[in-house]
Amino acid sequence: MKKRILGAALAAIVAAGGAAADPTRIGMITTLSGGGAHLGVDVRDGFQLALEQAGRKDVELIVRDDARKPDMAKSLADEMIQKDKVAILTGIIWSNLAMAVVPSAVRQGVFYISPNAGPSALAGRGCHRNYFNVAWQNDDLHAAMGAYMKAQGFKRPFILAPNYPAGTDALTGFKSTFGADVGGELYTKLGQTDYAAEIARIRASDADSVFFFLPGGMGIAFLKQYAGAGMTLPVFGPAFSFDEVILGAVGDAAIGARNTSQWAYDLDNAANRAFVEAFRKTHGRTPTLYASQGYDAARLILSALDAADPVKEPDAFREALRAARFESVRGKFRFGPNHHPIQDIYVREVVPGDGKPTNRLIGVAMRDRQDAYAAQCRM
Amino acid sequence: MSAALALEQALNGVQLGVMLFLAAAGLTLIFGVMGLINLAHGALFMTGAYACAFLTRETGSFWLGLAGGALAAAAAGAAVELLVVRRLYGRDHLDQVLATFALALIFSDAARWIFGPQPLWLDPPAALSGAVPLPGGGAYPAYRLAIIVAGLAAAAGLHALIARTRLGMRIRAGESDREMVAALGVNVALLYTAVFALGAGLAGFAGAMVGALRSVQADMGEPVLILAFVVIVIGGVGSVKGAFAGAMLVGVTDTMGRALLPALFARIWDPATAAGAGAAVASMLIYMLMAAVLVLRPKGLFPADG
Repeated sequence: MKKRILGAALAAIVAAGGAAADPTRIGMITTLSGGGAHLGVDVRDGFQLALEQAGRKDVELIVRDDARKPDMAKSLADEMIQKDKVAILTGIIWSNLAMAVVPSAVRQGVFYISPNAGPSALAGRGCHRNYFNVAWQNDDLHAAMGAYMKAQGFKRPFILAPNYPAGTDALTGFKSTFGADVGGELYTKLGQTDYAAEIARIRASDADSVFFFLPGGMGIAFLKQYAGAGMTLPVFGPAFSFDEVILGAVGDAAIGARNTSQWAYDLDNAANRAFVEAFRKTHGRTPTLYASQGYDAARLILSALDAADPVKEPDAFREALRAARFESVRGKFRFGPNHHPIQDIYVREVVPGDGKPTNRLIGVAMRDRQDAYAAQCRM
Repeated sequence: MSAALALEQALNGVQLGVMLFLAAAGLTLIFGVMGLINLAHGALFMTGAYACAFLTRETGSFWLGLAGGALAAAAAGAAVELLVVRRLYGRDHLDQVLATFALALIFSDAARWIFGPQPLWLDPPAALSGAVPLPGGGAYPAYRLAIIVAGLAAAAGLHALIARTRLGMRIRAGESDREMVAALGVNVALLYTAVFALGAGLAGFAGAMVGALRSVQADMGEPVLILAFVVIVIGGVGSVKGAFAGAMLVGVTDTMGRALLPALFARIWDPATAAGAGAAVASMLIYMLMAAVLVLRPKGLFPADG
């Protein structure tokens, strides 16, 4: 009796193992709880939408929440690589988590497709043939806003960002186009929710504008407190500080703010119209740029899976990724030599919308933007 | 730094201080009277914030939400005391830490389960949404000013309660000699539940007020709990007066550090390095303060037993 049960169990394990070897497993480590939750939720929802539309049975997605903790992300990655035997990892939102996971994952032969975090360390000397960023290098949107604000004639912007790799990249990127002479510069704690001391410093400075990079809940808290303090200096930032979820929570206080993005929901191309319509139908809300990045990441992976298997033919799969033969919702899209996008960056303005403010596309900040680290990358 | 900026930053420090005092007062009272280390105190802070957000959304009135937040936290505190904590008074501190840490995890997972993993956002009441002009040309958010006033009023009320009332007399008696109070015929079980509910209510009140300023999320209690422990260690564990002094010291030090250090470092280094180093040192400043206080006065500024 005992032997028969054991035999059946063994057979089941063998069967499960046999079945599991067939589909391509993709591990998604992303932030689904806490103040950064809506970023991960939108990356996940965009990614899943693309998978559902493709209707492929040979792709299996495993989604786990990292709670924005680097140690949690690292152990999830180890578990997915060793136990679940994923071929591809994706999903990480925050650059400090990406730095904890990506270098060791790609060294183990796994492909990492970033739908968001693009730290400079991984774009320059730390680039890797198995690492692709489908969103942007961290500096890009900030550099575009620096160029835009300079062209608009602002002289002394007060700039602030959280003190973590993407925060330092953000202010470096901004100053690379605006110039180093700003009205003030400060770093806040990652995840900080009270900005009283920072707002007081902005008020006391002689700045003529404010540029801030505060994604997720940080941006909501900052904008609410900024308006509550009676501040009237015009505000600018990357799209991360003014996504549709932030605008919904902040309300009218954000109207008039301008932000840079590589994508906008009102960008006019066929792939984007179809994506925005399908996303709204499935989820009942307007997608943020994070959703567009998740969607593009999945479509890039699917396009490469059509050409090759990541486990059996990694070199052909890599070449297929590099070719990026998919229709991006951004319009034209191609990879530079360091596997980061070369793309147009747009300017959007926050305008009154249906019940809550929304972003409207108003122009182009930079054409064919390529990050500043590509030359340092040797693959 | 101009006078207007100094005034605004001082107010910011005081505002953080009163919020920390409300969170720390219960922690120190519970330790002083019952000898219990309560790691679930941050969860009670979070309970107040969630209850406030929920009631404000359902009733449309922030004031009802605020009162409900404090009451819900007090009720949760009383329930926790009756069901779990009561069994821990005789045990050693390690058992208490384990059990109350488990409670903290249960509370935050319950909040995620009921309200979802994403934060809730709450607006301050319309009457307090603007800014108030300050002498010297500055301005200060009316809502933060209201937090300062409410927090100071709560501190004064707590002081009066402990110094002037029969309950306060029993609390003080419980702090100096628990067995003797029981021997004198005081209903110790009821006293303990009352103290626990009072501390929880104060934390819930702070959570509800802060929720409208920041965000309401399941992990909001952790950082407050850590700061509250720093406050009571600086002030002297078990002393409410010490908690007030400690909270003000921590609030002002933290705010001034964030305001002044980057500017100070900018005289030595280039702005980018100074901004990074300033932010890093500012976040360590209160722990350096705690270490310094412990070196000079190992039992804190106002030791409860002497």
